[in-house]
Amino acid sequence: MSIRVGEAAEAPSFAVASKELLKNDQLRRNVRNATGIIRGKRANVVGETPDWQQLRDAGHAIKEHTLRHLGDYLARFEENCIRAGGKVHWARDADEANAISIELIHRYTPDGKRAEVIKVKSMTTDEIGMNKALVTAGITPYETDLADLIVQLGDDKPSHIVVPALHRNRMEIRELFMRTMKLDELGTSPEDIAGAARVYLREKFLRVPIAISGANFAVAETGSVCVVESEGNGRMCVSLPRVLISVVGIEKIIPTFQDLEVFLQLLSRSATGERMNPYNSIWTGVVPGDGPREFHVILLDNGRTKVLADSASSETLDCIRCGACLNACPVYRQTGGHAYGSIYAGPIGAILTPQLQSMEHSTSLPYASSLCGACYEVCPVKINIPEILIHLREKIVDGQDHHGGMGTDFAEKAGMKVAAWAMSDAANLSTVRAAGRLAQIPFARNGVIHSLPGMLGQWTNTRDMPAIPAESFRQWWARRRQNVVPGGTK
Amino acid sequence: MILYEANGPTISTVSARNGRLFARCVAIHWSLRISLFITCYNDVLFPKTGQAVVTVLERLGHTVEFRPTQTCCGQMHYNSGYHMDALPLMEKFLEDFHDAEVICIPSASCVSTIRDHYPVMAEKSGSKDLIRQVNEILPRVFEFSELLIDKLGVEDTGAYFPHVVTLHCSCHSLRSLGVGDKPERLLRNVKGLTFVPLEDYDQCCGFGGTFAVKNAEVSSAMAADKVKCILNTKAEVCAALDNSCLMQIGGTLGRDHAVTCTMHLAEILASTQSANGGTLA
Amino acid sequence: MISDSTARADILLKIRLAAGSHSDALETEYAALPRTYRQQGTSDRAAVLTMFTNRLRDYDAGVYRCNAAEIAETVAAAMDARGKTSLLRTGKLPQEWLPAKFRFFASDVRNANPSRDDLAWFAEVDQSEGVITGCFAAVAFTGTIILRHEDGNGSRALTLIPDYHLCVVLADQIVETVPEGLARLKGFETMPITTISGPSATADIEMTRVKGVHGPRFLDVIIVG
Repeated sequence: MSIRVGEAAEAPSFAVASKELLKNDQLRRNVRNATGIIRGKRANVVGETPDWQQLRDAGHAIKEHTLRHLGDYLARFEENCIRAGGKVHWARDADEANAISIELIHRYTPDGKRAEVIKVKSMTTDEIGMNKALVTAGITPYETDLADLIVQLGDDKPSHIVVPALHRNRMEIRELFMRTMKLDELGTSPEDIAGAARVYLREKFLRVPIAISGANFAVAETGSVCVVESEGNGRMCVSLPRVLISVVGIEKIIPTFQDLEVFLQLLSRSATGERMNPYNSIWTGVVPGDGPREFHVILLDNGRTKVLADSASSETLDCIRCGACLNACPVYRQTGGHAYGSIYAGPIGAILTPQLQSMEHSTSLPYASSLCGACYEVCPVKINIPEILIHLREKIVDGQDHHGGMGTDFAEKAGMKVAAWAMSDAANLSTVRAAGRLAQIPFARNGVIHSLPGMLGQWTNTRDMPAIPAESFRQWWARRRQNVVPGGTK
Repeated sequence: MILYEANGPTISTVSARNGRLFARCVAIHWSLRISLFITCYNDVLFPKTGQAVVTVLERLGHTVEFRPTQTCCGQMHYNSGYHMDALPLMEKFLEDFHDAEVICIPSASCVSTIRDHYPVMAEKSGSKDLIRQVNEILPRVFEFSELLIDKLGVEDTGAYFPHVVTLHCSCHSLRSLGVGDKPERLLRNVKGLTFVPLEDYDQCCGFGGTFAVKNAEVSSAMAADKVKCILNTKAEVCAALDNSCLMQIGGTLGRDHAVTCTMHLAEILASTQSANGGTLA
Repeated sequence: MISDSTARADILLKIRLAAGSHSDALETEYAALPRTYRQQGTSDRAAVLTMFTNRLRDYDAGVYRCNAAEIAETVAAAMDARGKTSLLRTGKLPQEWLPAKFRFFASDVRNANPSRDDLAWFAEVDQSEGVITGCFAAVAFTGTIILRHEDGNGSRALTLIPDYHLCVVLADQIVETVPEGLARLKGFETMPITTISGPSATADIEMTRVKGVHGPRFLDVIIVG
């Protein structure tokens, strides 16, 4: 079994990666600017939706219901998709999904032609590292979403779920396009740059006979698949090629066509701050005379059933990949997405990556949050991300994961034990306080500590710390009781 | 503010002033016996906040009690994943305050631990008794500003503080407790006080408990953003409902040698003309 | 590899172990899901049409209003404004919508001739000046046009490859809310469906909205009635 999330297993810890990224002022400006714009747009269109909270409630309830009956709904989807002329494959992990895709691509590539595919932006295919697998198998994948194209041409990594190249500004993109598309000149406006992508990709849309997509939703009732997008590259990929292969995470199932009325409203407003994204494509199997003649769906597990098995955090699978939690997250806004070492960045990444692949690869992620709750507040399907972060921290502390290598460092464990003892009894707390008073003598000046050794030095590197005052509250209270009349009021 | 000490009920005439809205209301309430849960870090590091809470509540005609067996709600252990260590602290809190009439907590994050996480911990423990105890105690738990406005119906606490003040809305107070503009209303009713709103008031200061140490660089970058907004207000004081946030903000301000200082809301409300003439912390 | 049926059984078994099996309760649970959001609009017709118009303008689409007798002349006006002399049209588009002074080519070729090579047809469509279609329904609250790809709405490629899309929307096709719009598709859910909310766009470069990437860069809508 090879459950992997991109190359997250090889990534450095969040603390290490973020330290480097914080030094990159240009990147931080780009991230801050972009997330600020989406946040503002989202706030506007959410504000004008009178039933926003009711939509969130419905979205959460539908997703939770679907997870409870996931097996039944998957079987329904399969049956209805096949009835409409589609073919359904099941993949336990990344390798299986890639192998199925490769075999299909080779099967449908005309003899003597170079194997090529056009791809719609898909987090799921990024998760399974499909492009790398395709290239290894001699197949050329062309990413067609503008941001994904920027990432692919720049041999870069995506840093946001919805806007993967948000860490790049226009001049960086312009330079990249001129170099990789071999253009002699190119204007500097976003229109010019988008225009270059239009020309570069149009030839591929009209020529390449096989496309790979993900899915935003897969409807059990009808066997339909829905892809949501803005540029039209999605429409190109799902309707022009002869063959379409859609890689669909098993959590993308929704029960009925009607349920789209909830999710289409939630997704666009949350993801890009638009009332509705420019294009939604919904198709069912194969239709004579319109669209692909062969349609294959690959239903992917890749750790999802493992997430489902833990009832304390299974609502992670409710996620519709809108990215609103990234834009809202004050941590993400400082570091950008690369710090998370995974294609799933930000708060949702901090809970999804460690659950999908075995936790030892990402023990730092559940701590990459101040638990401020901004993510939960904006989540269109009401995933309680802070609570799940805490749950994952508990798992790390308890070392529940079977793969070993878990647990937090010794200093923290010892500190927590001392604190637990101190808090178990008021007398212990007073003892620890008194010890602290003694220990701070070399460091405290005028009630302030400027520098401390060890773990607390992480605090005092940038911040002062108040010294423990001579009298605690409970000492003051005891002293005061001796001086005032009984009853409390003076 | 006029207080009449009656035999039973206390009748207080409260003038509530909220922005442009002027209203007067008469509230009739019983003098309450309010049990203070000071919280561990306020006890040790910020005793002045507890003293201020006592001052304000007594000034409003209530009796404050302090149960000396109390220690900690268990927040740090719970949020860091040490749930086996947090559980006995929850049990201790439930035991220490089981018969308290009203519990006042001058820390939004501790209230949030009790409201949001105690039910989860009780549920996970599987103990019906714990679940019942948590359910019984929750309606009696109030964050300081909630207590004043929701329980005591007071917006004007009779305070005097002739300074320019801004307010950092802590994440727990905003998103877990949903205090909304309650702290701001309390501040705007303080005589002599000039309230200035804070840009990005709903952004986290970067404290986050162990986060501040585990991811110190990111935490500091968040604090730097917060402090920039605070300094832009030109306020003399940044207030909040949580001393944890104020430790982060104050520690950063201090390192920058800024003149702006931090004060818990209670310390501002405790200030009167006669008591300390509204001096800064 | 592809015929590996053990993967299916494995995944379904893992799901059953994780989520349990409660098939009996599925329908009743689904029926009880909370749907307190708006399922119907409350605005009057005039307000709905105004809302739809404003939303389209927000998206940088061109908007025309006319009555049923004026469709052809409004089409002509729209084409004149864009400098178009000919458009592709869908097979079943009403003849009376088409002004005589321009040329219109019926071009849902694959329907008529399934054996014809797609690629040659795509290239042909790509050379066109644009396409004119009707629509199936429209949603005012989101400024969305719903195409059900057959007959008067055209095949998917036809409304996608050209750089200009002129869409005629009849007033009684316009509903206020998204649920009402999707409800109109009842019975047609398995046809290919595209919803269009403004011209194609991207904000991938510095979050600046750029109109038009791969789909039609120019969208004009004629609201009739």
